[in-house]
Amino acid sequence: MNGFMLLTITTTHQPATDLGFLLHKHPDRLQSFPLSFGQAHVFYPSADEDSCTAALLLDIDAVGLVRTGRGQEAVTDQYVNDRPYTVSSFMSVALAQVFGTALAGRCTARPELALMPIALQATLAVLPCDGGASLIRRLFQPLGYTMSIEGTLLDDHFPEWGNSPYYTVTLTATLPLHQLLSHLYVLLPVLDNEKHYYIGEDEIAKLLRHGAGWLHAHPDRDLITWRYLKRSRPLAEAAMARLVLEGEDDVPDSPDSKTQAHPARTDSLSTERLNRVVEEFRNYGAKRVLDLGCGEGRLLQLLVQDSTFHEIVGLDVSPAALKRAEKRLHLDRLPSSHAGRLRLLHGSLTYRDRRLQGYDAAAIVEVLEHLDRSRLASFERVVFEFTRPPLVIVTTPNVEYNPRFVGLADGQLRNPDHRFEWTRNEFSAWAHDVSLSFGYQVRIEGVGPTDPLVGSPTQMGVFMRNVS
Amino acid sequence: MLAKIPELSLVLLVGASGAGKSYFARRQFLASEVVSSDVCRGLVSDDETNQDATKDAFELLHVIAGKRMARGRLTVIDATNVLPESRRSLISLARDHHFLLVAIVFDLPEAVCLNHNAERTDRAIPRDVVHRQIRQLHASVSKLRREGFHQIITLSSEEDVESFSWERQPLWSNRKHEHGPFDIIGDVHGCYDELIALMEKLGYQVSLDGSHTYHVHHPQGRKLVFLGDLVDRGPKVAEVLGLVMGAVSDGAALCLPGNHESKLLKKLKGQKVTVSHGLQESLEQMAVQSPEFQQKVQDFLQSLVNHFVLDDGKLVVAHAGLPEAMHGRGSAKVRDFALYGETTGETDEFGLPVRYHWASDYRGQAMVVYGHTPVPQPEWLNHTIDVDTGCVFGGALTALRYPEKTLVEVSAFRTYYDPIRPIGHRSISAPSVQQESEEVLDLDDVTGRRRVATELLGNISILEENSAAALEGLSRFAVDPHWLIYLPPTMSPAATSLLPKTLEHPEQAFAYFQQEGLREVVCEEKHMGSRAMMIVCQDENVAQRRFGVGPGSMGVVYTRSGRPFFEDPRREQELLARVGRALHDSGLYAQLQSDWVLLDSELMPWSLKAQPLIMNQYAAVGRVGAVALAAADNALNQAERRGVEKASDLRANILGRRERLQQFIDVYRRYSWPVDNIEGLRLAPFHLLASEGAVHTNQTHGWHLDRIQTLFSSDQSLFQETPQRHVQLDDFASRTDAVQWWEEVTRRGGEGIVVKPLHFVSRNDRGRIIQPAIKVRGREYLRIIYGPDYSVDANLDRLRHRGLATKRSLAIREFALGVEGLHRFVQHEPLRRVHECVHAILALESQPVDPRL
Repeated sequence: MNGFMLLTITTTHQPATDLGFLLHKHPDRLQSFPLSFGQAHVFYPSADEDSCTAALLLDIDAVGLVRTGRGQEAVTDQYVNDRPYTVSSFMSVALAQVFGTALAGRCTARPELALMPIALQATLAVLPCDGGASLIRRLFQPLGYTMSIEGTLLDDHFPEWGNSPYYTVTLTATLPLHQLLSHLYVLLPVLDNEKHYYIGEDEIAKLLRHGAGWLHAHPDRDLITWRYLKRSRPLAEAAMARLVLEGEDDVPDSPDSKTQAHPARTDSLSTERLNRVVEEFRNYGAKRVLDLGCGEGRLLQLLVQDSTFHEIVGLDVSPAALKRAEKRLHLDRLPSSHAGRLRLLHGSLTYRDRRLQGYDAAAIVEVLEHLDRSRLASFERVVFEFTRPPLVIVTTPNVEYNPRFVGLADGQLRNPDHRFEWTRNEFSAWAHDVSLSFGYQVRIEGVGPTDPLVGSPTQMGVFMRNVS
Repeated sequence: MLAKIPELSLVLLVGASGAGKSYFARRQFLASEVVSSDVCRGLVSDDETNQDATKDAFELLHVIAGKRMARGRLTVIDATNVLPESRRSLISLARDHHFLLVAIVFDLPEAVCLNHNAERTDRAIPRDVVHRQIRQLHASVSKLRREGFHQIITLSSEEDVESFSWERQPLWSNRKHEHGPFDIIGDVHGCYDELIALMEKLGYQVSLDGSHTYHVHHPQGRKLVFLGDLVDRGPKVAEVLGLVMGAVSDGAALCLPGNHESKLLKKLKGQKVTVSHGLQESLEQMAVQSPEFQQKVQDFLQSLVNHFVLDDGKLVVAHAGLPEAMHGRGSAKVRDFALYGETTGETDEFGLPVRYHWASDYRGQAMVVYGHTPVPQPEWLNHTIDVDTGCVFGGALTALRYPEKTLVEVSAFRTYYDPIRPIGHRSISAPSVQQESEEVLDLDDVTGRRRVATELLGNISILEENSAAALEGLSRFAVDPHWLIYLPPTMSPAATSLLPKTLEHPEQAFAYFQQEGLREVVCEEKHMGSRAMMIVCQDENVAQRRFGVGPGSMGVVYTRSGRPFFEDPRREQELLARVGRALHDSGLYAQLQSDWVLLDSELMPWSLKAQPLIMNQYAAVGRVGAVALAAADNALNQAERRGVEKASDLRANILGRRERLQQFIDVYRRYSWPVDNIEGLRLAPFHLLASEGAVHTNQTHGWHLDRIQTLFSSDQSLFQETPQRHVQLDDFASRTDAVQWWEEVTRRGGEGIVVKPLHFVSRNDRGRIIQPAIKVRGREYLRIIYGPDYSVDANLDRLRHRGLATKRSLAIREFALGVEGLHRFVQHEPLRRVHECVHAILALESQPVDPRL
């Protein structure tokens, strides 16, 4: 499948045909340029003294992309997807290659015009933006554009399917052409949240080069950096540090607080949750501990730092999460004094697992709600009957608190993989039932700020095994 | 001298350096049977004399010896072994594996050892070392018996060493050469009348000769196996003993001891025992017998072997059962387990020991038949069965026929003895013992590198990483494993066609089957919906009893990867109820003599399940493409009018694309219609895979569609027929006909057809399983798989290079695993054995394969 992307740039600065000099492309010719992902065509739908429009048409070869293994991360493994029409970083690459001189602000024929503000209008026939029209506005308005944004139905045969995440966007402003191109170069991939190709260190350099002079002052600088670098925390941090130097601004906030897709999962709450678990472990005097459903190993990271824990085991059902945990914990580079203290196991909490027997304590943090209800009975037996540690800590969301989160729709759960979220009564009933069946005593507490009406965002059950 | 060494022995050579142990070991045993400390020293340090390596060398020696014993191999330790502490760890290792201990002691004159050492060129051993070792040896000899050695062979001269020879002695329990057929009878406890009745029912002829000796014979040469506890509690203990002794001496029976025989024997031998649990009855009845008979009984009981391994190791019998690690082994622990079972040390509310349920952990290949604990009804659990149905307590006397696996019973004529603990009782919908023990599956059964044995294809290997991926899928997304008895295999498309504008064509499918030696195939229309596996039970009770699930559902509908088909369980149950009614009304339940069925089907519309996919992938491409192409067309149109060279060419190209994009949009729209309730659903079942007692993969596809056809009349608004065509592969007209039908079907908007052999399971002339089905998709349908522009020549040429080998190999392996799992389920095998197959299919599916195939 082949895809098309179309960008048109119009000027009414007279003589308008000077646009041909600025872009370095003759207005009366259709020129084609080979690119790694297809072809770029440049032509002029109109070119006279009053108004001149240049068109950059990308013809993207999707079959080639998949079959040659190029850009496989971007185009995934499907021939049929919207990427060839919408991968905005293709457009950035094409801008840099086809209009490279103009982007740099150079023009031998009209050097002063290249740096002069002129009346410009850019139109993108299809602009993907998962953040909706408001994000487009938020990014371009501070740069002085007036704009028209047109949405469209996904399929007019099925109006019930709603709007598509695509927009036809026209940006109008008076500014030097190279600035318009720089804005597009940086912001188009920012609007498009999909990853395209491997993002490496040189992406920082490109961002800084094309963001020079405007990015440091943009009110959404952090968001732009964060999304441009495709949410790579270390890269974004490095870039932001350098941007701050450029703008001699104050140190920015963590980008997370503003841009996380799920504001319900804030950093501070999850940190507090983990600290509470460690505290319970410590108070109990646990030495050999389990983190069941350890995910990427954030709790393990805290546990490792505390020498009172002699043996730490993290278990998760996802091999990919375990790989990330291994990296986060630098398992291959642990000092020999720590080696053997920490182990990662692949396993599942709905299967009996003999490797987990004989530990002092187990933490099961934000795991329960990822299990289908029909599997809860197995989970209970695996944890409380077969594994049976003297101390078990279970945390899970308190659904009553959800309305206090901004951005969570009515009745929406905090994570799409959550099979349920419990009220305080539901959790308490379950916890007491389990305690009774398996010979434990339970104490229930809230984690996070307490609201007088709806309680805390997280609820935690501390189960102590009865002395037999 | 000729020694007899039991086959399951750990043999320690005990003697000073230079006694000739290694030379002896080389001559007497297989090289692989001997584990030498010197060799281990060499293996870890490159120097057999390196004393620094002693610790490592012995660790290695223990590992090797342990592995060998776990596998049941006789093992010889070639080390000095003259110190009690160096023997101690080996003795405990042998005990762990229930091995017998044999010592061969080289008690040779010091001079002999010194001479041998003097001849050595590889090392020099100081005189005082040898002297010390001999002293330690002499101190050891008297201790060996107490240390637990069953057999001590002393060689006190070079002549002894030279003349030594030995033979391997099978253990008493090893009766692998006996193949039966057997009738295995549980605890008799003096119930002579019931025993006679049961033996008659089993076809045995019993007679009593002039000297009051019983004779037993079966015309078909069957053999009785008594599981012990013949005595105590019941009314006719002496008669039972007489009968069984007669049968054993005629070679018509084998007999095991039970805990009651063990206690009676102690009493007969004059040891002190507490007279309880019905021993009184035996003693009273024995007291009136002749002293000769009493002596005969004592000798008989003395001779009994605690368990037997029969029929090439396929059958193990023991009074209280036996875990796999103890099969065929001989040790006090094995004997105790066979007689008493293992207890947890706790007692229940009746003051009786709580038994450790070894059978729920049993994973062995051998069938284990046992008694000891009375049960209301014998039930299979992990290939083991308890056949003690408490005859003396008023229950029944039961025999298991082997290899038939059928049960024959005679009810007790009356209650002879009151049980201390009530014998368990089960309600109608209660899960079986097997299901109860497997409410929670064990990780060991689904983790790591695996090998699954299938009837159709032999062993199928699963790599560790795939197995891990499958575990994640099963844990996070799949339906309750109790429901998940089957997953369908992947299906390969036909090889690529070279016809213009065509990627797939029926001819390539026909060619494949013809090449595999088939003369006829059946083509079925491929419905464009979502694959749905459907288990329908007559009611909730059946679901609970047969599948071991919780209450509240009469079946399940799941996708091809085992996920719940419906988000809303009410909708699922509603659909199942409708299908259930049709199964009932059509008489299919009755015809199949089953109260449940497993259907393989396609559920429509496609948009029901694929709505997010259609919206995010197909509609998105349609919309975005339409807008972009229209804009490009418009811009080029303007340039064209300005006379820009080459603009017309590019525009013509764009017009072609707009047309193809519209065709693409038409395809996905055709398979989408809104469904607000169950009324909008269409169900097309095409395989009736299994029902109680039967996996229907031995039937033709015609049989399947015929059975399914009978459902339609009772619910025409739900069911959709699957049109089919038979094709004679060597008849040109027949093939052309079928191709035309495919053209028609796909022109109407159908997805395509599936070409199948007539029989569900088909082999080629080399006996190998062939593809169970090949799909041939339509030209238009392929647009949503390969994209709107796939049909352009330049694209087609590239797309034709697609490899099918992996896909086809996966299809066959998954097919074999699916059929295997169904057979296991239908034969009431443990859930983990069924789950293993489903897990393996998911594991294979996790391998990267071109998803467009």
